[in-house]
Amino acid sequence: MSAPEFRNGLVRWIDHRMGIFSFMHHELHEYPTPKNLNYFWNFGSLAGFMLVVMIVTGIFLAMNYTPHVDHAFDSVERIMRDVNYGWMLRFLHANGASFFFIAVYIHLFRGLYYGSYKEPRELLWMLGLVILVLMMATAFMGYVLPWGQMSFWGATVITNLFSAIPWVGESIVTLLWGGFSVDNPTLNRFFSLHYLLPFAIVGVVVLHLWALHTHGSNNPVGIDTKGKQDSLPFHPYYTAKDLFGLGIFVLFYFGFTFFAPDFFGEPDNYIPANPMVTPAHIVPEWYLLPYYAILRSVPDKLGGVLLMFGAIGVLFILPWLDRSPVRSARFRPIYKQVYWLLVADCLVLGWIGANPPDGMFIVIGRAATVYYFAHFLVLLPLLSVFERPLPLPASISEPVLKGGGAAGGTVKPMEKA
Amino acid sequence: MAHAGGITAHEHAGAGEPGEGHDATRRDFLYLAATALGAVGAAAAVWPFIHSMNPAADVLALSTTDVDLGPVAEGQAITVVWRGKPIFVRHRGKQEIEELAKTDIATLPDPQADAKRVKKPEWLIMVGVCTHLGCVPLGQKPTDSRGEFGGWFCPCHGSHYDGSGRIRKGPAPKNLAVPPYEFTTDSTIRIG
Ligand code: HEM
Ligand code: FES
Repeated sequence: MSAPEFRNGLVRWIDHRMGIFSFMHHELHEYPTPKNLNYFWNFGSLAGFMLVVMIVTGIFLAMNYTPHVDHAFDSVERIMRDVNYGWMLRFLHANGASFFFIAVYIHLFRGLYYGSYKEPRELLWMLGLVILVLMMATAFMGYVLPWGQMSFWGATVITNLFSAIPWVGESIVTLLWGGFSVDNPTLNRFFSLHYLLPFAIVGVVVLHLWALHTHGSNNPVGIDTKGKQDSLPFHPYYTAKDLFGLGIFVLFYFGFTFFAPDFFGEPDNYIPANPMVTPAHIVPEWYLLPYYAILRSVPDKLGGVLLMFGAIGVLFILPWLDRSPVRSARFRPIYKQVYWLLVADCLVLGWIGANPPDGMFIVIGRAATVYYFAHFLVLLPLLSVFERPLPLPASISEPVLKGGGAAGGTVKPMEKA
Repeated sequence: MAHAGGITAHEHAGAGEPGEGHDATRRDFLYLAATALGAVGAAAAVWPFIHSMNPAADVLALSTTDVDLGPVAEGQAITVVWRGKPIFVRHRGKQEIEELAKTDIATLPDPQADAKRVKKPEWLIMVGVCTHLGCVPLGQKPTDSRGEFGGWFCPCHGSHYDGSGRIRKGPAPKNLAVPPYEFTTDSTIRIG
């Protein structure tokens, strides 16, 4: 990396003392990026955009929000009715959470399809999962803040998950609550943590990007770049592509925010919290439904809780479960199919999570839970051994320039990706 | 501090002053002792932060509730609040009590005789919080579903409790808890 010649004197002065401009030039401008990235590579920057939106809208909401059981619900209603543009801030924030998860889930499934979790990107992948876990905690605590019926009962059920831990479970739950039930102390600490965790996420995002920039992006064919001819400078090529994608994404995000703002919400959350009455159907937000389905599929309390956390847990060890040297599903004929089965399985789990736990729903939920774990713990290790991958192209440029996919031109059989 | 000490110890050993091996050992010991003390100190400093999250004195102070059972006729149930939780009080009839006494305890997930769950058999007093994940089971109102065992039914994940509040079916592991209480007179109780 040669330090660029900056024209502005002040920039030169600062850069000489603290190379922040060289750093940015290196990482955001000339940063070499595989030239064959498709639109699935937009979702990382989209998630980053949503994180910024959540923090900005959240900070302004906090200026009018009161974290007290007697005032929280009313303060949110006041935001909706009296605060200038308060309705907009709140709907941007509430729908923003959904779109943040949409971006991150697509981002994650992109990684699953193209094998982005494989060597040398295992840490990058695990840091991404840490972000996902922090996001779930943040969103869960945020959902408690308006102090409606779903807020209250969601908080009760989720905090009670910890009571499944043998011996110390009850004390942990009391500690989380700061009392003997979800109450004012709980609301206060959730607000404090809901404010804090997004900034912890920012910290992990920095680590995530650090890991990313160590080896650069993976790409749709999953083989390493082999020189200048395979990559493009990040700016203006991918800044432009990311911005274009952002325009489309924001169209959907604003579409919901302004035209169907309660689409993702639960009507019960417009009823103030009542600790004496549980609503007939309590459901978490859509982005937590698959985990909720897994929780309920297990007839045993501790078992259900363990399996639910295990659903994320297996993703952490995924790089060591899938030992196939080929990254991209394009060249893995069988993996490609089980991948889509997994996607379908997750959607089924989500659908089960939204339904009451009886009759057929229990049976389907159990089958889908078993399949989810079988995918990672049985199918992937077996495929690593038995699947015969298609021949990989010799370079990233080859399929791009010759217009052919895997079948085109000269192929080096079974190259290690 | 401890870290800096560690580096010095290392350098000494590495610089290889011959015959001064005992010096390195002593430094190693100091290094370890200082680190251990630092770790203990840090752990001790964490505790006040954690404990500040536990129930405060004013929360603990709110922990008794008096209930007048007089107005509750046989077959009726009321819900009172204790420590922010619903407490189910049900006035049971003779026949129901006899039925419950006949349950084969060995078949229960959380075996407990009905007689062990009450002070006076006609008054069943329990914490109305499902032992699964804390929802309030249905069964207090006459219109509520009472589940397959005629007691309470938790709609959240489908737990069925019998007329003694014992878990019979579903994911809940335990019977509905009996809070500490005593009869202050024949017809009043103090919970807590
Ligand atoms: C990772 C980023 C974040 C996520 C995923 C998130 C998620 C949520 C969710 C799901 C809600 C409930 C929305 C509703 O139904 O009303 C909420 C509420 C809230 N959040 Fe956040 N949030 C984030 C960042 C922040 C930040 C940085 C603040 C700054 C203090 C904040 C402040 C608030 C406030 C005051 C509320 C209550 C008002 C309301 O309910 O709209 N949030 N958050
Ligand atoms: S909370 Fe009652 S069944 Fe889950």
